[in-house]
Amino acid sequence: MSDVVESAFAYDKTFDGLLTCVFDSYLLKRKPQRLLAFDEPAPLFCEVAHTVATDENKAARVWAHLEKKMTELALHSLTVSWLADSITDVDELIFRYICKMIDSPKSIETNFGDADVLRLSQVYKQVCGERLRMLQFLRFQKTADGIYFAAFEPRHNVLPLTLEHFSDRFADQRWVIYDLLRQYGYMYDLHEVNRITFAADNKIAQDGLLDKSIMDADEQLFQSLWRTYYKSISIESRRNPRKMKQDMPVRYWKHLTEKQ
Amino acid sequence: MDARMLDKLKILAESAKYDVSCSSSGTVRRNNGKGLGNTVGGLGICHSFAEDGRCISLLKVMLTNYCIFDCAYCVNRRSNDVRRATFTPAEVVEITMEFYRRNYIEGLFLSSGVMQNADYTMERLVRVVKDLRAQRFNGYIHLKSIPGASRQLITEAGLYADRMSVNIEIPTESNLKMLAPEKSYDSIFQPMKVIHQGVLESHEEHLRHRSAPRFVPAGQSTQMIVGATDDTDKDILRLSSAFYQRPSIRRVYYSGYVAVNTYDNRLPALKQPPLVRENRLYQADWLMRFYKFKVNEIVDDTYPNLDLEVDPKLAWALRHPEFFPVDVNTACYEHILRVPGIGVKSAMQIVASRRYGALTFFQLKKIGVVLKKAQYFISCRELPIMGTINELKPEKVRSLLVAKNAKKGLEGQLELNFEQPVQLVTPY
Repeated sequence: MSDVVESAFAYDKTFDGLLTCVFDSYLLKRKPQRLLAFDEPAPLFCEVAHTVATDENKAARVWAHLEKKMTELALHSLTVSWLADSITDVDELIFRYICKMIDSPKSIETNFGDADVLRLSQVYKQVCGERLRMLQFLRFQKTADGIYFAAFEPRHNVLPLTLEHFSDRFADQRWVIYDLLRQYGYMYDLHEVNRITFAADNKIAQDGLLDKSIMDADEQLFQSLWRTYYKSISIESRRNPRKMKQDMPVRYWKHLTEKQ
Repeated sequence: MDARMLDKLKILAESAKYDVSCSSSGTVRRNNGKGLGNTVGGLGICHSFAEDGRCISLLKVMLTNYCIFDCAYCVNRRSNDVRRATFTPAEVVEITMEFYRRNYIEGLFLSSGVMQNADYTMERLVRVVKDLRAQRFNGYIHLKSIPGASRQLITEAGLYADRMSVNIEIPTESNLKMLAPEKSYDSIFQPMKVIHQGVLESHEEHLRHRSAPRFVPAGQSTQMIVGATDDTDKDILRLSSAFYQRPSIRRVYYSGYVAVNTYDNRLPALKQPPLVRENRLYQADWLMRFYKFKVNEIVDDTYPNLDLEVDPKLAWALRHPEFFPVDVNTACYEHILRVPGIGVKSAMQIVASRRYGALTFFQLKKIGVVLKKAQYFISCRELPIMGTINELKPEKVRSLLVAKNAKKGLEGQLELNFEQPVQLVTPY
């Protein structure tokens, strides 16, 4: 194989699969430049050198090595960054980061002079930022049977990261939070949180809005109270829509009660 | 709960909006068991942003906007002809709980005009917070203490509220006397002292047994109006600095005076609130709290007012060229923190990364250093881009940087990050 051809590993796009890729790469003594899904066609000048069969034992050995070397916070940043599903090559970034970590005699997690370490810390920040946005801008609507329903379209797959927060905060009310982009959600029934999916033809699963017929009797009153409050609290002589949009980007407005 | 509430909420939110405090940070209150709400680790959450760009974290309302006082700067003064309304404690409790359940807010900021007398008003405020906690509400509560309220009532309120505040409003006593003849520094400092003592006592109790009741766990804050009087920035910042010496005082807010009572000729006729000056004061405040600056380094008798053209950190750097250039690869954290264009996070990342090898301009830029500013004040193992402040002279650096700002327009300077999270742990 000539040098101009890049090599790629194909794997099942799971986190365990990624760790197995790392294991196999050291086993075969070969570093892939690209990581592809099984059904993904290889790009030009790139050939699939190895197909990875996800193996929990191999993954666990890689993870155990990382646990010895890295702090808990840095390990956390790896698993969190994995959720950045709107960055297509995030798995390759995590792969390079783990390889650098293994190759280095001591942890490189604070070496922000290294492009991959810095990039990973930025991806981590991005995902955490999106999680925070979800805590900020999620809005519940109360249904007639007393369930609080909220729909959201997060940029990364951050819904699992928010469950601890919401189930602690709203411990005494039943709620459903639904990710419209990825079409899944979680339901809390006062005891535990369970993953749910709506049927695809369900109207709620499409626009995330409750129909008036299934709203709680007071729901519309509280929504208009909130909209009234939102308007009244702003000081006209300090108007600054640019700053408002900066902190509350327009892409979230679709599901914000006060912006409807 | 009916449609008349809409009108009431409108009136009482509009009369509360000039109070700038909105933070819901500084305390952790867990939701133990099956109550409603929690207050998450140290940082507050902003749930929305109003048209004026200010964050909405708490439901900021007044219990009533009837007031027996006649303070010249206040929209609710008794001689103003504005619509008045009063909430019953039960109404405030219900709105707060229902808003909280829908994730609109982080908690309640309750303030009030003075009805009949200070204690009568304070008693009603206390009833609201007591009722909220009785319904197992664990959200954040910021309660305004009424000037002149009795010690017993303040002590009781402190057991339920997360934060309390008394607004000083005017930074010198003579000016306060002129604008608010019914108030005095004594009536403002008295409740502040009670809260301060309460916080210290509860802290000590806590060391002895962990179940001791907490008293105002998020400390107290205060607010000063900027631009309503002739007080200089030096007066304002010296007072803030003195406040920050007290551990119970977490925040001082600055509120650019909005000309609400244009007919009163004791007040200046301002077309626009002094937003740039307000912003500079916040920057100076940040320097004192997070950048280890002393107040005398920011303003002194020669420079009693902050420079409106450049930020206070840059202004200090331009007055002290002998301090620079700072070598980012060897200087200590405190010195790196003094470089204009390097913030707390960048400084921490620099200190953490340079152990692996010397940093270059390119890497600094990637880390997030604003090189446009910082380039004149730092050195690393590369040739300087434009020459340092000592080679160029401060006047030249100033004109270079001000020209850049002018192009951008002053708009960018109106930004206020009230809830700007400052991370003081490992920069990850």
